[in-house]
Amino acid sequence: MDTKPILELKGISKFFPGIKALDEINFKARCGEVHALIGENGAGKSTLIKVVTGVHQPTSGSIILDGKEIHFDTVQDAQAAGISAIHQEASMFSELSVAENIFMGHHLKKGNGFSPLNWKEMYKRTQELLDKLELDIAPDEIVKNLSVAQRHMVEIAKALSIDAQVIIMDEPTSALSLNEVEELYKIIRQLKAENKAIVFISHKFEEIFEICDYFTVMRDGQYVGEGIIADSSINSIVEMMVGRSFDKMYPKVDAKIGEPVLEAQNLSRSGFFRDISFTLHEGEILGFFGLVGAGRSEVMRAIFGIDKLDYGTIKLWGKETVITDAKTAMHQKIAYIPEDRQSQGAILKMNISENITLALLDEMCKFGVIQKKKEKRISERFYRKMEVRSAGLHVDVDTLSGGNQQKVVLAKWLATEPRILILDEPTKGVDVGTKAKVHEFVSQLASQGLAVILVSSELPEILGMSDRVVVMHEGIKTAEFARDEADSEVIIKAAVSEVEYC
Amino acid sequence: MERLKALHKNREAMLVLLIIASVMAMSIGMPRFLKLGNFANIFADSSILIMVALGQFLVILTGGIDLSIGSMIAFCGMLGALINMNYPGLSPIWCVVAGALTGAGLGLFNGVLVAYGKIPAIIVTLGTMGIFRGFTYVLSKGQWVTAHEMTEGFTNIPHGTLFGIPNIILFAILTSLAIYYFIQFTRTGRELYAIGGNKAAAVLVGIKEERLQLLIFTICGLISGIAGVLWAARYAAAVNEMATGFELMTVAACVLGGVSISGGSGLVGGVVLGALFMGLLSNSLTMIKNMAFYQMFMQGMVVIIAMVFNELMARNSNKTVLNRRLK
Repeated sequence: MDTKPILELKGISKFFPGIKALDEINFKARCGEVHALIGENGAGKSTLIKVVTGVHQPTSGSIILDGKEIHFDTVQDAQAAGISAIHQEASMFSELSVAENIFMGHHLKKGNGFSPLNWKEMYKRTQELLDKLELDIAPDEIVKNLSVAQRHMVEIAKALSIDAQVIIMDEPTSALSLNEVEELYKIIRQLKAENKAIVFISHKFEEIFEICDYFTVMRDGQYVGEGIIADSSINSIVEMMVGRSFDKMYPKVDAKIGEPVLEAQNLSRSGFFRDISFTLHEGEILGFFGLVGAGRSEVMRAIFGIDKLDYGTIKLWGKETVITDAKTAMHQKIAYIPEDRQSQGAILKMNISENITLALLDEMCKFGVIQKKKEKRISERFYRKMEVRSAGLHVDVDTLSGGNQQKVVLAKWLATEPRILILDEPTKGVDVGTKAKVHEFVSQLASQGLAVILVSSELPEILGMSDRVVVMHEGIKTAEFARDEADSEVIIKAAVSEVEYC
Repeated sequence: MERLKALHKNREAMLVLLIIASVMAMSIGMPRFLKLGNFANIFADSSILIMVALGQFLVILTGGIDLSIGSMIAFCGMLGALINMNYPGLSPIWCVVAGALTGAGLGLFNGVLVAYGKIPAIIVTLGTMGIFRGFTYVLSKGQWVTAHEMTEGFTNIPHGTLFGIPNIILFAILTSLAIYYFIQFTRTGRELYAIGGNKAAAVLVGIKEERLQLLIFTICGLISGIAGVLWAARYAAAVNEMATGFELMTVAACVLGGVSISGGSGLVGGVVLGALFMGLLSNSLTMIKNMAFYQMFMQGMVVIIAMVFNELMARNSNKTVLNRRLK
């Protein structure tokens, strides 16, 4: 193995409003090596990649490429230097052809200055690239006609077209089927043989152990450690990833599990999920695990009446109930806290008090007029209960930090005094302190008899918090585990398996 | 800079200062500008703009826009004038009522297309801007209704006074108070802010966007209808081209008053003062010799300057938030 790194990051830090996203990160990528970048969601991997590819500029620290310290102002700078990234969600121009996509931003011209573009040459080179990758795609095919996997392959071809020395792949397999993953491995091995440096980001350990040579672990924006894959075990890496005792982070209190409150039978919505059945009990935290796109949020949206069900029945407290819209769901004492609080949770231009009482307007109004005293009383109570930190109740929500915005959204829904609480990725993008507080709070609510559905992509959260776990894969339920049967291995297996196996 | 920021926070205070400054500037050059009668005149001239700017404000608050306001004013004004001409015996109150109901109907038409047709408001009202103006020509057969064809009762609707205040100003005051109460104290008002501020989040708490859109377009039409009859009566003429381009004045008044064009924020006080300032501007320009030609130019400049100011201040306040969080 070549010991001299082609790309080296030294003490990279990046601050965003309210968050220290990266804190003194060190990282080395060597030629002919596949380097796994490992960490939980929110550990800062994607931010680090954005710094390396010129999307973000580091607040401090240095990037050293081929022995020289460099600075990228734009993505083009990074590409020109030979660093190319394939992002989690393929970022392509869907109405343009494969060749046009591949040469976007570095078109070939017939001459200098204002001379016309040399399409003939670009199509020729595209064909060469596609041949090299053994892809059966025509260079003039419009990208929107390609499958997700094919698009990823085109992204890789694009990375090669700029003669990249460092190729970064951000969860390239998350949207691929097993066969397509094999294809990808073949290409990665080929690139490795050509002495390229590859940075591979993945959550799946089997992939990391299959294809990677070296690893670096990040946690909460900090560098934790590195090592050679062949000399490491899954357990040792997981320990570095998690790095804290489970008990403190997930203060699950054993609650008395009561009567069933929600029974879902064969819920189906074409194109999103089918035949989803499960039962939720009083005092229970029911975890919903799956990879991105497994259809978990879609099931929750349908239960809450935002999207329509094509088929299936919902029983609430033993009585069959048709939920046609969010209002009906709210009347049935269901609360749904969506995943993306920026776009679906808080109303940023309104103040804290107005946000907290928004789901309670029915109760707060007399003849359509808001009763300010009642509003003040309710909002103050839940503001205190959630320990929102702000200059007061009349501060606009857009001036709060992410964690405090999340608390306001929680306060809004708790104010409705729900009996069924659906939490969709409640700790995504939230700092560790708030995370633990949210967990403690959820556990407390369950122990008071609330039935909770916890949708999460973070396995430790699911394992630490749930009484039972439902696992989904591509729109179907593949498994259900009781707390004592659930471990990371069986859950991951169920989350990636194509068939029901339980 | 600090003082500018404080002003930005208090948009109303800023506009009041701006209005006072303009009045002082005008008075130095032109002593007759300071006469009390002229102030009443400026207020009266701005009254119609204040009313319809508030209608526009409600639409913009939900993230929409109504470009058909000028055409609704024309159609309803023409209708009111024609009723008065053909039935001079009828109390002129009925002309106002007819204008209001017709305006509400036109607004409802806009609302249905936006809410249930799911067509963007800017497209719907661009279409109805032409349709309603076209109706006006059809209704009048291209003819005007002139002063001597109107009864005195009709032309007296805006000019008459109650407790010494001209009716037209009373109309503006009543509209302002009603809308203030509506958006500040009722749940529907709160829902308007919510849907404009974050549609997805508002839908999640069970707010029905369609009903709100239907309601506010109807209200905007209703106000425009009343404004149309007042317009015809005040200028003692119903012309097919009346209020052409007036919708843009209402948008300008909103922007000037601090209403976010993307929806979700803005206050009644700001809109009223914004409209008052626009009225003052056009009034003073027509009084200065040769400056009348600059009227449209100045109106446009004011909108641009207001927008740039909003943008700069918003950037600034974001920065302070960032600094505070990093500490």
